[in-house]
Amino acid sequence: MISAVKEKALAAKTSKTKKMSGAEMVIEALVEQGIDTIFGYPGGAVLPIYDALFQQNKVKHILCRHEQGAAHAAEGYARSTGKTGVVLVTSGPGATNAVTGLTDALLDSIPLVCITGQVPTFLIGNDAFQEADTTGITRPCTKHNYLVKDVNDLSNILHEAFHISGSGRPGPVVIDLPKDVQFAEGNYINKANAITHMYQPQTEPDMMAIEEAVRLIANAKKPIFYTGGGVINAGPKASKDLTEFVKKTGHPITSTLMGLGAFPAHEEQWLGMLGMHGTYEANWAMHDCDVMVCIGARFDDRITGDIAKFSPKSKKIHIDIDPSSINKIVSVDLPIVADAGSAITAMLKIWKDKKYKVNQDALNRWWSKIDEWRSVNCLSYKNSDTIIKPQFALERLRHHLSKQKKDVFITTEVGQHQMWAAQFLPFDKPNHWMTSGGLGTMGYGLPAAIGTQLGNPDGLVIDVAGEASILMNIQEMSTAVQYNLPVKIFILNNQWMGMVRQWQELLHGERYSQSYTESLPDFVKLAEAYGGVGLRADTPDELDGVIEQMLKTDKVTIVDVRTCQSENCFPMIPSGKAHNEMILAADADKFDKKLV
Amino acid sequence: MVVKGKKQSISVYGDGPGDRAIERHTLSVLVDNEPGVLARVIGLFSGRGYNIESLTVAETNKELNQSRMTIIAVGTPAVIDQIRHQLERLVPVHRVNDLTEEGDHVERELALVKVVGTDEKRIEALRSANIFRARVVDSTQESFVFEVTGSADKVNAFIDLMIPLGMVNVSRTGSAAISRGPDKM
Repeated sequence: MISAVKEKALAAKTSKTKKMSGAEMVIEALVEQGIDTIFGYPGGAVLPIYDALFQQNKVKHILCRHEQGAAHAAEGYARSTGKTGVVLVTSGPGATNAVTGLTDALLDSIPLVCITGQVPTFLIGNDAFQEADTTGITRPCTKHNYLVKDVNDLSNILHEAFHISGSGRPGPVVIDLPKDVQFAEGNYINKANAITHMYQPQTEPDMMAIEEAVRLIANAKKPIFYTGGGVINAGPKASKDLTEFVKKTGHPITSTLMGLGAFPAHEEQWLGMLGMHGTYEANWAMHDCDVMVCIGARFDDRITGDIAKFSPKSKKIHIDIDPSSINKIVSVDLPIVADAGSAITAMLKIWKDKKYKVNQDALNRWWSKIDEWRSVNCLSYKNSDTIIKPQFALERLRHHLSKQKKDVFITTEVGQHQMWAAQFLPFDKPNHWMTSGGLGTMGYGLPAAIGTQLGNPDGLVIDVAGEASILMNIQEMSTAVQYNLPVKIFILNNQWMGMVRQWQELLHGERYSQSYTESLPDFVKLAEAYGGVGLRADTPDELDGVIEQMLKTDKVTIVDVRTCQSENCFPMIPSGKAHNEMILAADADKFDKKLV
Repeated sequence: MVVKGKKQSISVYGDGPGDRAIERHTLSVLVDNEPGVLARVIGLFSGRGYNIESLTVAETNKELNQSRMTIIAVGTPAVIDQIRHQLERLVPVHRVNDLTEEGDHVERELALVKVVGTDEKRIEALRSANIFRARVVDSTQESFVFEVTGSADKVNAFIDLMIPLGMVNVSRTGSAAISRGPDKM
């Protein structure tokens, strides 16, 4: 039901509108929204839309092998292109299977529009075949959702869904569309006439606060920039301006897992990722700083460690587009509600206009302290001639990628390999790193790589995976084969759910409960069975050859890298500890094993 | 190994927020009157573990199809602040006013109280009802239904008085609230 005012306004416009079926409206709205690729899986309650899809050629449908895969593929597509990802699934199990992807998109602020079929309106509530209360189920895992009961509301809802999904803090929006509404004829309101202005989040910063922030940054003696996924979401210009601003200040910068790539990792000012498996220098700098500039990050528990001991001496500036992120976990001194891009651009302009200069002496002292922390060389590991260390495998991958002419995109699954990928691979550009940060969804990487490859046909897309995670959405191999997507799956196969094993070793008295991945498939044969290429590296000296071969294939390729089984991911801040209590690989025996 | 009952700090998630001062705030929330809006608000409270003491809602503007909710929430100041921001984040929510924070406001609740009794008790119930300016809205030889309006405290006091006089049922609306003075909320 829409308001009387809105209804009147819309009625005035409907005189100019076309009549069409609900299913046709979906296609029409997608085209108007600039969507040319959607991901989905057909089923009874969504067949009218699939019928409409069949009769046009503007929107390409990618048939995934599971609705979860479709949702993650749409996420990968969205994150690597900056466009909104679109998912089309049927009612009941189609919708419930998509829920993990929706929740993932909510936690990582990815713009998705998911259209779910629903049983006809007159059957809703009757426990009909493949009926589920989709709006009820998805209410807590979407930014917003709709159940469309009248075809005349549909086109406006479609346009509003895209508006809500992509503006402010992006997120997933579900449109639950009963089958009779898909068949029914109604008035189509085009994008220009749609009324979507009810939702208008604040994106422009308070300039007084920005002035104050720049003044704090300029006067800081021990500053640090701590940036997150918000900078990536704000578009490539935000990353460009951030890079320029940070370079002008000469301050150190670190980023969350989600924010990697916003600032080029090859720059001297880059400290590496922070948080639980972040670098020693980034975490110590966070702990000891006097001014913290948090842009588009949200003080997640994996970032802060013990809140009570989190960066005790700093003045904190927090720029976030979502007012509820501010003061949620850490109370800050200078909150600024704004789009990260607008805020960075404004700060950069003021810095230039007022010709701010940093306190160079203090900054030099701060850098020498940081260099001391850097000299610890926290990512070092003990290499071996006989067993492939996962870190070594990634270093070799990094070496080969550095010679690549193609644009390289990395996706990951979730676990140790994800952290090692974040630590060892270089991220120089935004939108080139797709990983499930907030929700930590195993099985994310392969479908996300598929979406990424579709959005970037000339790119080189590599899914850094673990052997346990990859099996969670392995069926998407078929999708990659069907659409000739030469995605590379680089499995660091240690035959364990590595991160679970690591926690059990360090925190649960070495009782390895259910974390050994028994009865693994032969990944080479598995790749071949799907019609892809399978490769294997058993020893360190085989690695280079296998990586070179992988980079040459034009088909989906699984590389089974048999790695050391007992390697742990360090450095590590044990949960509930502070940044300055982090543990290095060399001191692993100092780990407080009483901590649970 | 998890040692229960010991200090909480052995948990990987560290210590909880501990015992900070709990406050009680009245929030006035202007929402679109559309299906599911109440579920969104309720879901927010249950999903994020916020405590709600009272919630009332009804349509207040037919033309704009808007309803006003009055929510009484309890929590630490930081939690109350979060509740407000999280409510503002919901798409059908237009405006949230923390009336407790913003200054003077009026809060009223209505209760219907059924009292069963005869003789002295019946007379006493009627007498007390008069003191509280409760109206009799239904009456039989052996029962009254009183309608009492006022702050939650007043309603509580009235109910306490009626319990020994044979109160059998009570039905309360929860608080509705509005700011004092000429300013629009």
